[in-house]
Amino acid sequence: MRFTLRVWRQAGPEASGSLVTYEVDDINADTSFLEMMDLLNEQLTTEGVEPIAFDSDCREGICGMCSMVIDGEAHGPLPESATCQVYMRHFRDGDVITVEPFRAAAFPLVRDLIVDRSAFDRIMQAGGYISVHSGPKPEPNSVPIEPETVELALDAASCIGCGACVAACPNASAMLYTAAKVSHLALLPQGQPERYDRVRKMVTQMEKEGFGACRNYGECEAQCPKGISIAFIGQLNRDYVRASLRDPVDRRGKMVPQ
Amino acid sequence: MRLDAKIPEAPIEDMWETHREHLRLVGPRSRPQYRIIVVGTGLAGAAAASSLGSMGYRVECFCFQDSARRAHSIAAQGGINAAKDYRNDGDSVYRLFYDTQKGGDYRSREGNVWRLAELSANIIDQAVAQGVPFAREYGGMLANRSFGGVLVERTFYSRGETGQQLLLGACSALAEQIAAGQVEMHTRTELLDVVVIDGRARGIVVRDLVTGQIRSHAAEAVVLATGGYSNVYYLSTNARGCNVTATWRAYKRGAGFANPCYTQIHPTCIPASGEHQSKLTLMSESLRNDGRIWVPRERGDARPPDQIPEDERYYYLEERYPRFGNLVPRDVASRNAKDVCDQGLGVGPTGRGVYLDFRDAIQDHGHDVIKGRYENLFKIYERIMGESPWGTPMQIYPAPHYTMGGLWVDYNLMTTVPGLYAIGEANFSDHGANRLGASSMMQCLADGYFILPLTIGDYLSRHPSRDVNCDHSAFADAERGVRDQIQRLLGVGGTRTVESLHRELGRVVWDHCGMSRTAEGLERALEIIPQLRDEFWSDLRITGTGEHLNKSLEHAGRLADFLELSELMCRDALIREESCGGHFREEYRTEEGEALRDDLDFAHVSVWEFRDADQPPGLHEEPLTFHALPLAQRNYKV
Repeated sequence: MRFTLRVWRQAGPEASGSLVTYEVDDINADTSFLEMMDLLNEQLTTEGVEPIAFDSDCREGICGMCSMVIDGEAHGPLPESATCQVYMRHFRDGDVITVEPFRAAAFPLVRDLIVDRSAFDRIMQAGGYISVHSGPKPEPNSVPIEPETVELALDAASCIGCGACVAACPNASAMLYTAAKVSHLALLPQGQPERYDRVRKMVTQMEKEGFGACRNYGECEAQCPKGISIAFIGQLNRDYVRASLRDPVDRRGKMVPQ
Repeated sequence: MRLDAKIPEAPIEDMWETHREHLRLVGPRSRPQYRIIVVGTGLAGAAAASSLGSMGYRVECFCFQDSARRAHSIAAQGGINAAKDYRNDGDSVYRLFYDTQKGGDYRSREGNVWRLAELSANIIDQAVAQGVPFAREYGGMLANRSFGGVLVERTFYSRGETGQQLLLGACSALAEQIAAGQVEMHTRTELLDVVVIDGRARGIVVRDLVTGQIRSHAAEAVVLATGGYSNVYYLSTNARGCNVTATWRAYKRGAGFANPCYTQIHPTCIPASGEHQSKLTLMSESLRNDGRIWVPRERGDARPPDQIPEDERYYYLEERYPRFGNLVPRDVASRNAKDVCDQGLGVGPTGRGVYLDFRDAIQDHGHDVIKGRYENLFKIYERIMGESPWGTPMQIYPAPHYTMGGLWVDYNLMTTVPGLYAIGEANFSDHGANRLGASSMMQCLADGYFILPLTIGDYLSRHPSRDVNCDHSAFADAERGVRDQIQRLLGVGGTRTVESLHRELGRVVWDHCGMSRTAEGLERALEIIPQLRDEFWSDLRITGTGEHLNKSLEHAGRLADFLELSELMCRDALIREESCGGHFREEYRTEEGEALRDDLDFAHVSVWEFRDADQPPGLHEEPLTFHALPLAQRNYKV
């Protein structure tokens, strides 16, 4: 198969970027999209051109590292797939394919197709955890949990943190990501003690990072490689409202051992 | 090099408890005075960094990915073992110990394995407390499934993404410590050297992968949690970035490297299809619970699988191993797949594949039950192969997956360099010559949550100096070495890409030091590898510079280390004149074709010591003793 690629090239965050056209030929239909990019990069290296920088690691759709907007869609045309799970058989011979980075103000560009998604980590650091030390813990079967609840929490926890929801959203909102993280813990009994504190802190951090507001476009769910439902955004909003109605006094200062 | 495993003097069931009680401690008020470096943020690294941080130590943590959560533990699918005996099927600490020792073909240390089995139940408790959503039964109790090489159901799981859920748990604990200021996180940063001063590890030299800046970090102790080296084969189930660089550079600074030839070839992976392929994808071993493995009885039978009648199907594992059937350990399953394909019975376009068939399971349990168990795995398969396992059997073939070899560590998980620790897959300790399914996450988390945080205190309390900084000339020397190597790589100016050289190395190692090995083949590989290394250093081509994000440069540095490691692997495989676990030497097999150990001459750990680049490495042996479980021929047939 033969393709014309229009790939975003940008040497660094301050440099100006543009779409550069490349031709690839003789591509086997069973080649994955990233393997096709590897072949292009080998071709470029041989020609003495710097290869295109892009992120990828596990190449089986679970690490969340790969991040390309292919023909205007985060992770390309296939539903519920990461970029690394797209194969050239999903395109037509001779197609012109446009490849861009995940664009968002909160995801500054690093180089070519690589962006900085550390804002996601900072949202997690703001409260995306259950405070617990390592050491002996109670017997887990002493708190039975309905399997339906666990499965729902797992639907949320399946988020791979790739940022496609942000790239897909016209407002570059991170609501789906934050909602998935908040809901995972809010649904489980272990997550109850910090539930409302957590949602408040994570939403505050999300806003600080410069992500846009959610307007219910639903593009995030449509382009999410794990198909995470926007119903979790409803869960986040409910918890957030409850959190703001609660006494916001932080008593933690008094709990530190003297 | 002195190998003192520091196994406590106590009966095996009391060993860890006795050891814990005698370890020296660092008091809570002193801990902030100690700085510890943790490299790698997979299950072992994230668990260790968060545990140490919450104890009050100052931790600096490093990963080469853009976020701690992307480390390759995330891709572990099937589950994690724990001796909880929830199913009332006779499980116990002893049974898990027994299965692990036997599964590893009696090539691991009894004391370490017992401790692992003992701590396994705590890991589940810890993970659940963090909010890890393990599968539950209708009554709300934790569910279990079974895995290869065992006769009990002790594996805990979250769909087919147990690794992701456990790693998210560990990384959430890490996030808490980062927020608390206890852990300083450095992402997109790669270790390029370990700094040893007066015989003790005192820091590391890293490269910032975005800016190319070379930096030193000093600490009282360094923990390597940097995973395994399956990518030496080029095609493996590991992530593209997985590499041996950290452990290899540690080896070159004096840490002994143990059993490098013990590699695990996982039986259930999607077969390789062509030249363009960049990695192989694992299909969880849990599929062997319900899937039946077979090939046509007749050579060259080109009929579609659904037209091959029952009596013309060769369910070779069920026939050869009636007691364990499709759930034999990984090394046995892989070798048998190779065996039937060598006989010409393989399926698929390359003839290197066998069927994994769910037809009977779907009939027996119904569509919904199978969907609940394997839906996401079926989806992964269909996406890659363009064929649905609901209608056609899966095609699978073994692929490099895990490395049991790694840095030698004592009972405290310390390498032969004082102050340098190795945990998780990076060390060699618990899996002998073959790892059982669902045991890697168990080991990573036992090391990271429960063992290292205690044992490291013992070392720190004995070395109370708090004068670490990067002013010592050893840091400047190490930085210079790192810069020189980068300049050398950029300066070769040849014609070949890193990918093409790596692919070539992979083929050599796969052919000669893969699923089966011979003296002749290994000697051949030992001739080819140095030639390939010369070619690398004389004909490599990298564009760009070292002062920006340069993926080819990163890859080249890692390949340079694989080119050295592969030689040590072959050397180790050559001198181990026996077959054990994943190390199968064709010359040494039983009449039935199974691995034939030589306990008289090889019941030991081979530990390699780096000497100068021009000299062959030194070999040391740590004898293995067997008290709790006497040596026996491994038999999965009856």
